[in-house]
Amino acid sequence: MSYLDNILFAILLVIGFGYFFNNIQKIYRNIHLGIDVDRKDNPSARWKNMAKIALGQSKMVRRPVAGILHIIVYLGFVIINIELLEIIIDGLFGTHRIFAFLGTTYNVLIASFEILAVLVILAVVIFWIRRNGIRLKRFWNPEMKGYPKKDANYILYFEVVLMSLFLLMNASDLHLQNVPNGFSHFIKAGWFPVSQFIEPLFNGMPNQTVLILTETFWWLHITGILVFMNYLYFSKHLHILLAFPNTYFADLNPLGQLDNLEAVTKEVKMMMDPNVDPFAAAPAPADVPSKFGASDVQDLNWVQLLNAYTCTECGRCTSSCPANQTGKKLSPRKIMMDTRDRLEEVGKNIDANKGIFVPDNKTLLNDYITAEELWACTSCNACVEECPVNISPLSIIMDMRRYLVMEQSAAPQPLNAMMTNIENNGAPWQYNQQDRLNWKNEN
Amino acid sequence: MSENLIVPTMAEMLAQGKQPEVLFWVGCAGSFDDRAKKITKAFVRILNRANVSFAVLGTEESCTGDPAKRAGNEFLFQMQAMMNIEVLNAYEAKKIVTACPHCFNTLKNEYPELGGHYEVVHHTAFLKSLLDAGRLTIEGGQFKGKRITFHDPCYLGRANKIYEAPRDLIQKLEVELVEMKRSKANGLCCGAGGAQMFKDAEPGNKEVNVLRTEDALEVQPDIIAAGCPFCNTMMTDGVKNKEKEASVKVMDIAELIANAQDL
Repeated sequence: MSYLDNILFAILLVIGFGYFFNNIQKIYRNIHLGIDVDRKDNPSARWKNMAKIALGQSKMVRRPVAGILHIIVYLGFVIINIELLEIIIDGLFGTHRIFAFLGTTYNVLIASFEILAVLVILAVVIFWIRRNGIRLKRFWNPEMKGYPKKDANYILYFEVVLMSLFLLMNASDLHLQNVPNGFSHFIKAGWFPVSQFIEPLFNGMPNQTVLILTETFWWLHITGILVFMNYLYFSKHLHILLAFPNTYFADLNPLGQLDNLEAVTKEVKMMMDPNVDPFAAAPAPADVPSKFGASDVQDLNWVQLLNAYTCTECGRCTSSCPANQTGKKLSPRKIMMDTRDRLEEVGKNIDANKGIFVPDNKTLLNDYITAEELWACTSCNACVEECPVNISPLSIIMDMRRYLVMEQSAAPQPLNAMMTNIENNGAPWQYNQQDRLNWKNEN
Repeated sequence: MSENLIVPTMAEMLAQGKQPEVLFWVGCAGSFDDRAKKITKAFVRILNRANVSFAVLGTEESCTGDPAKRAGNEFLFQMQAMMNIEVLNAYEAKKIVTACPHCFNTLKNEYPELGGHYEVVHHTAFLKSLLDAGRLTIEGGQFKGKRITFHDPCYLGRANKIYEAPRDLIQKLEVELVEMKRSKANGLCCGAGGAQMFKDAEPGNKEVNVLRTEDALEVQPDIIAAGCPFCNTMMTDGVKNKEKEASVKVMDIAELIANAQDL
């Protein structure tokens, strides 16, 4: 019977990680509904980007208050998870504080976890106040209603609960460590700069009660972590994982360089080639893409879809967007959220139809993102520059504009006039190309 | 013709068997827009003064296709690009200078994949290089002591990370360079990019150029310096909107330098 705990724990782990990996696979599949794009070149620059931006948080600190608070929570998350390793080993093998043999190193580690836990709670409280008390504008934009708003708060509550459980677990453990002549397997291990002040809470309780409490905290803590891990899939909090691949696969070209559509290059070359046989058979269908530009998520590339899953909905893009600041409908954050929502919808459709997407008479364009939003973009790259994890809402906007123009001829009328002018006169205005050097002789 | 601008064309150069040091890509705004033509001429005066061997394409130049590409018309963009590349390659152009950040960005970043490989420099970077090489001297002249703020064009700044060359040039004018609260990588768009120049803005509560002009007026400048013909138009309109045209001028960096030297 003494192995019951260990077996239960093993089952819990298998369920927790199993469900998690199942969902990760779903994300992987959904991302690969996008078209292929090569982002494997120049690995050294890519690793550098990832180290600097995801690991080093270099873009977070552009806004110092949020940046520093975020670094605390991030460090807390990463470092406290070292503790997770001990919890898993203890849980599986029925040991207790298996790493205690490290002596002073162990003590220092536990002490630093405790301090970080308190800092995380503090940071989370400030985050909560910024979001719900001060009501920073970017957290109250129209797209932040309903689940996106609740999601942000859930994460904060979750972190407070997890950190509190960690400290309570240590405090009760410390209490049992201090029982004269020792209690059960509670060896003296760890320094507890924070939970020593919580420990008196257990004074006067029977040791057996404290033991049950310790174990309860331990179980709740690890269960909480597993639940939290599985919550990621449904949440904007997925960025804690995807920020890494997202910064690795981000576009390395200068921000002003829009991608080249090779399918168009082929056609234009053929059009301009004087030697081409005008009566030749049309090119093989395989050469011609089914669509120019993007009207739905499957027309976007996989990096754009990865972007959508990585988006943290922090709204820095939107708060720096000139169109948004002047009251226009465009919100780069909404572009990313819409893309993710539509991708999820397509994914569910595929799951429900045994692996095949059954057309649902909906598209990302129109049903989620309107042409008005797309045409408000000045392509200034402020959103791309701002994003702490190198997402490019602009690339999605551009691909959808391409669809509007090349597939639907649905550009605003003045733009059609501009394009006609370029075509006929080689300038966006109605001037004759032969007059191009007139300025030389004018006053 | 009251002034003697020396503006050879590539065709004339070729006829004489010469290859200029640099091809000056004038751009559509620089060729046709009345305000931008002044920038073009100011830049040419500086090139003439510094004895830079340059040439323009003249009637052989055509739109780079930038506004078409940003409007989503990749076909039109690539047709323009390929025609221009054909002309540029025929003249064996190596180095191109332009006063338009949109032309600059497109020629530099988007032409290579279509077979156009050139060294492309923005006129501010080119003037800075002339200054560094001692081929050009800049003094304050009429601008000495004036308050100048520089509006970063998105396609020069964020898009291509050129922030220092224009500022270095402005500082040479012995002026007080004041920065707006949003500048460099945090700069705010003038509202013209992405083909917005050629259409009406979507409904909102303000025009982008007015917002940006407010940024500039906040630092109480005598002059708003620009490095892009479109920014120049947008900021000029913004200043008019705020009825400040009597006290605040919008000028391109090339104009500042040319005027300071009485060119």
